Amino acid sequence: MTRVLIPTGALGLVYDRAALARGVASGPDIIAVDGGSTDSGPAYLGRGVSKYSRATTKAEWRDLMLARAEAGVQLVIGTAGTCGADSVVDWLYEITCELARELGQKVRVTRLYSGQNPQKIAEDFAAGRISGLPAAPGIDTDTIRACTNIVALAGVEQVQAALATGADIVIAGRTTDTAIIAALPLAQGCHPGGAWHGAKIGECGALATTNPASGTIQIDFDETGFTVEPLGAIARATPYTVSAHMLYENSDPFLLHEPGGILDVTGARYEALDGRRVRVEGSVWRPGPYTVKLEGARIAGYQTVSLTLLRDRRYVAEARAWTEQVAARARADVAARMGLGDTDYTIELRLIGVDATLGRMETGGALPSEIGVLAIATAPTEAQAGEIGKILNPYLLHHALTEEEPMPTFAFPFSPAEMNRGALYEFCLHHVLTLDAPMDAFRLVTDEVGHG
Amino acid sequence: MVELAEIAEKVRSKNAGPFWLTIDIFCGNRAAFERISTGLDSARVAALFHLDPDQLKRFDIAELNVVKFSLPRPAVQGTRADRDMHGAAWAVLLEELEIG
Repeated sequence: MTRVLIPTGALGLVYDRAALARGVASGPDIIAVDGGSTDSGPAYLGRGVSKYSRATTKAEWRDLMLARAEAGVQLVIGTAGTCGADSVVDWLYEITCELARELGQKVRVTRLYSGQNPQKIAEDFAAGRISGLPAAPGIDTDTIRACTNIVALAGVEQVQAALATGADIVIAGRTTDTAIIAALPLAQGCHPGGAWHGAKIGECGALATTNPASGTIQIDFDETGFTVEPLGAIARATPYTVSAHMLYENSDPFLLHEPGGILDVTGARYEALDGRRVRVEGSVWRPGPYTVKLEGARIAGYQTVSLTLLRDRRYVAEARAWTEQVAARARADVAARMGLGDTDYTIELRLIGVDATLGRMETGGALPSEIGVLAIATAPTEAQAGEIGKILNPYLLHHALTEEEPMPTFAFPFSPAEMNRGALYEFCLHHVLTLDAPMDAFRLVTDEVGHG
Repeated sequence: MVELAEIAEKVRSKNAGPFWLTIDIFCGNRAAFERISTGLDSARVAALFHLDPDQLKRFDIAELNVVKFSLPRPAVQGTRADRDMHGAAWAVLLEELEIG
């Protein structure tokens, strides 16, 4: 039996410290926590930075380092720093070194790097070792070389290699959500279908229970399946909450693609052991070719944004026509003064309160009493985006719907009116890379840090 | 004719990675599941998202009283055209859909 303690769905989210203490007291074999996701968009990977505050990350990691020392087991984090790029693996490593000194711990730390050299990935693409997944964007070697960061998603093999270094703490770059939880149970001979399925159920912490905010759960893996037990005082796992978690953020609720195979839960059986614990058996692991998924982000232009508020009833009623006139005036100025062609840049004026969320898919509704006009200029350089933002400003401030009316003035919440958003990043890989051996695209570095 | 939200317990949409969107309709009970499962036409859902019907994946899961759809994201997450980074608001389109 292998007992995995999962403190929270992601380091940086709040979790219940009393539940963590209960988990430590019940003798886990490993503590595993996720650190990231693509869910907040491409900028984190593009920039190689964390979404969560350093102060929050440090406070939560501090408690996990203390829990690890008390439990006397390995602590592993997957997809460190939101995106798992090498730069955020090093960022969390620095935090770990600081904490080891502050806590008087002497620890062995292994970093598992997932970052890829774009030039090497471009060569792999040219050599036919990379193939697209459903809904993958079209790519070429130039697109790949333009990525500011590319990561490969490590599976259990790479996490097992990191654990085998004898590390007290493993800081992994991009991993699949399940890899850090499934690695030890699989290494210790637990049921493969059960190990992968339990890892999927556990990857969001207590999300698969009646009290998601409690964060902490433990999963016991064995030869035939797994048992989920929430550790929050009032949290319960039920066959419904556990089986329904396979729906979450999954395009297919029965099949999960992982490096080296597919998890199939079509035949899984969920049974309540009591009011809080659920037993699961019957999931199947189907081995396949060894591929790892790639994620890459590149710069797709630079943006400047501005916000204007329309409160005048006539302008609220005519908001669409007003924004079309403003955009047309600004376009003429951009062409005349900046020499940019129509396809070199974009101006978008989104009507907040009308259809800013759904755009062309909006199905309609009553007119609001005010409308926010979010102006977005996107251009090849930051300076050009800023210039377009400033060209828009006089029209956003004073443009009148008709020629013969006193000059109107509209509400601006900020000065300066324009905000440079910097680079706009976009995900440009939804592809898999075929590997001869799992460690071919990954590397390990082990250090002794702190002092005892 | 009633809006789906009046029958279903909860409708949730979320990213399934940057390129896919998934929408879970938690019907809440067997009667609601039967009504939604039979009354909700996939072609109408595809039209709502400006998709060809064959781009839409559908799962009717009786054990959970859930109808689930997965589709290529209307705009790839985080691109200039994307308006909803987490894919959270698209559920509303289904909630407001009227079914027989």
